[in-house]
Amino acid sequence: MKQIYSELQWLPKAPADFSPRLKVLAQSTQACGLDLQRLAQHSLDLNQLTKLSKAVGTLRSRSTPAAALMHPLVNFRLAILSNSTTDLVVPALTASALRYGVNLEMIQPAYDQVAQEALNPDSEVNRSKPDAVLLALDYRALPLTLSPGDAPASEATCNAALDYLRSLRDGIKASSGATCIFQTLAAPPETLFGALDRSLPGTLRYLIDTINRQVSELARSGGDLVLDVAGLAETVGLADWHGTHQWNLAKFAFTEEYVPLYADHVARLVAAIRGKSRKVLILDLDNTLWGGVIGDDGLEGIKLAQGDATGEAHLHVQRLALDLRRRGVPLAVSSKNDDDVARRPFQQHPEMLLKLEHIAVFQANWRDKATNIQAIAEELSLGLDAMVFLDDNPVERGLVRELLPQVAVPELPEDAAFYARTLAAAGYFEAIALSGEDLKRAAQYQENAKRAELQKQVGGVEAYLVSLDMTITFQPFDAPGRARIAQLINKSNQYNLTTRRYTEAEVREAQANPSVLTLQVRLEDRFGDNGMISVVICRPGAAHQWEIDTWLMSCRVLGRRVENMVLREILRQAQAHDIETLVGIYIPSDRNKMVADHYQKLGFTKVSEDAAGVTQWHLAVAGAEPEAAPMKIVLNDPSGEREDAVA
Amino acid sequence: MLTAQNHTHYAKAELKATTVDDAQIYARLAPVFHDVFDDDTIELTPTLAAKDVDGWDSLTHIRLMLSVEKAFKVKFSTSDLGSLRNVGDLVALIRKRTPSP
Repeated sequence: MKQIYSELQWLPKAPADFSPRLKVLAQSTQACGLDLQRLAQHSLDLNQLTKLSKAVGTLRSRSTPAAALMHPLVNFRLAILSNSTTDLVVPALTASALRYGVNLEMIQPAYDQVAQEALNPDSEVNRSKPDAVLLALDYRALPLTLSPGDAPASEATCNAALDYLRSLRDGIKASSGATCIFQTLAAPPETLFGALDRSLPGTLRYLIDTINRQVSELARSGGDLVLDVAGLAETVGLADWHGTHQWNLAKFAFTEEYVPLYADHVARLVAAIRGKSRKVLILDLDNTLWGGVIGDDGLEGIKLAQGDATGEAHLHVQRLALDLRRRGVPLAVSSKNDDDVARRPFQQHPEMLLKLEHIAVFQANWRDKATNIQAIAEELSLGLDAMVFLDDNPVERGLVRELLPQVAVPELPEDAAFYARTLAAAGYFEAIALSGEDLKRAAQYQENAKRAELQKQVGGVEAYLVSLDMTITFQPFDAPGRARIAQLINKSNQYNLTTRRYTEAEVREAQANPSVLTLQVRLEDRFGDNGMISVVICRPGAAHQWEIDTWLMSCRVLGRRVENMVLREILRQAQAHDIETLVGIYIPSDRNKMVADHYQKLGFTKVSEDAAGVTQWHLAVAGAEPEAAPMKIVLNDPSGEREDAVA
Repeated sequence: MLTAQNHTHYAKAELKATTVDDAQIYARLAPVFHDVFDDDTIELTPTLAAKDVDGWDSLTHIRLMLSVEKAFKVKFSTSDLGSLRNVGDLVALIRKRTPSP
């Protein structure tokens, strides 16, 4: 299981032609930073990282100025001071930084010159004015004298170690002004007493625990950073991390197997310093947030329960997403689903941890995911390089990687139990600090996501409607829309005046009949495309009359006066067809009470009511002027073949 | 197959001494060298040594040994590594450390 980490399994495997492609790139005469970045975004082993770094060296040597061929990567100069051999690590760092869009220039002074380099103002490191200095020190770099059971001596030892680190920091700060990156210490697996080592002052484990706590404080106080090597080593296992023979042989601080992982973690910090961490998590739904397919399996069929192994795996993904959101990472959804079907678990499934209010942008439709992710990025006013897209489907992942290489798309293992771990292991949202701004940003996206709340806050309904920046599209029935039209006709219960159900064939007949008015209505707003939200069928009645046979609307767009706009469109067409009176019918069902007053509100006059409560309403076309709503109107050419009216 | 299984023990002992086995090791070793030295033209011979290959310094040597360990799923001991003079020695070491199939 440690392979998720040691092999960077969230990254796709390197292409078979990795080496030849690299050789071509190394000879490029044009800036090829993005090509290098794309090649780096694979799970590369030490030899591949070394080759990549070599290609970068070749490009730099052929480039004037040195960074020209690395465009548009951002430059960063990192010095490394270590008590161990860093020759394997340095090329891996250069290569791993490419993954994050960073052109990393490494400054590597001679072996084990830590104090000299830090304290001498004229040292190689200080003279080179790096952006940051990585103090790649392990426990062997510090004067850790064991004093088991002697608490004062233990404290003195820790203080001496911290003083040493502080002096290094002060020297670097005074001479070069660089940010320092400290490392926590990975404890060796050997214990002296056994379990007692953890709690007995003066043992190595106790000293290291104490220093690790204090080094974080030391870093925070000076605006410096910490690379949590102890956390990394514990993640993969201390016994594996500490390859004693490799230390003896070549003074490697940790087993070479973990060089790619270590380098990626350093690169994340550097990227975070440069503001290149990811900002948004976009989630697929079916088989990602829950087990199964909501459209097929239904609310009862999807796996999402405590006590069900598959369900718990997906709940784990939800919990991670929710935790990320709490720390300021907005969430979005991109799912191939009907919108209302996709929303149902969020609204109705009792085990869902994620609710609609947690989702800043909800894109459930049948368009390709690259288009949807682009829409999400635009909606949030963030670049594609801020996006992470989590999807269980390798085809979707491949498509998005191909079309939108800027988006991070983690590979996922077969077993959903490891989805959350893999996403977390990728470290997309590395942060160097948690600022008040981050938390505010989360709140800001939350406001955006909760349309209803916005309505209460922003100067009344009208201002809210204006702020929605809505576009309504009217279009007669057509072939591409037919399935959705029939679907709406057959399943809309609440906002449905007559609840008349028609088959697709009957929908086609209505479309083909020139004396029948058909309308499919779409609504787009600044939160995204709501898709088809209303359907109307008017049939000729008595002379110069249209009878409104069917009028239904999605409840999601209630309260926006969409119905007013629909009526205005019906009236406009009625005038063109020399219609004098619109006849509205309300047939009560046990589900559609909400529209009992529909026609009255729109200015119709009740002309009859039968024993079953069916009411008939009239509206004179001439002079009728229902209040408009603030939205842009698009009339789609009736003869046009456009499938999607809303650009 | 049945016959072979019955004589597995002897067959293994014989294979170890044959040059066929060494040829297989050479065939698997060449891509490792090509990868580590980023040079597909290197041809392995028993007498090939560090001085003959561009870039075969002490650091690359360690990377080579680590890559060989990974490719052949073997582990070399510290003393193993001190005794190597050339590719022939390395092949012999791989043969020695490879668990019998």
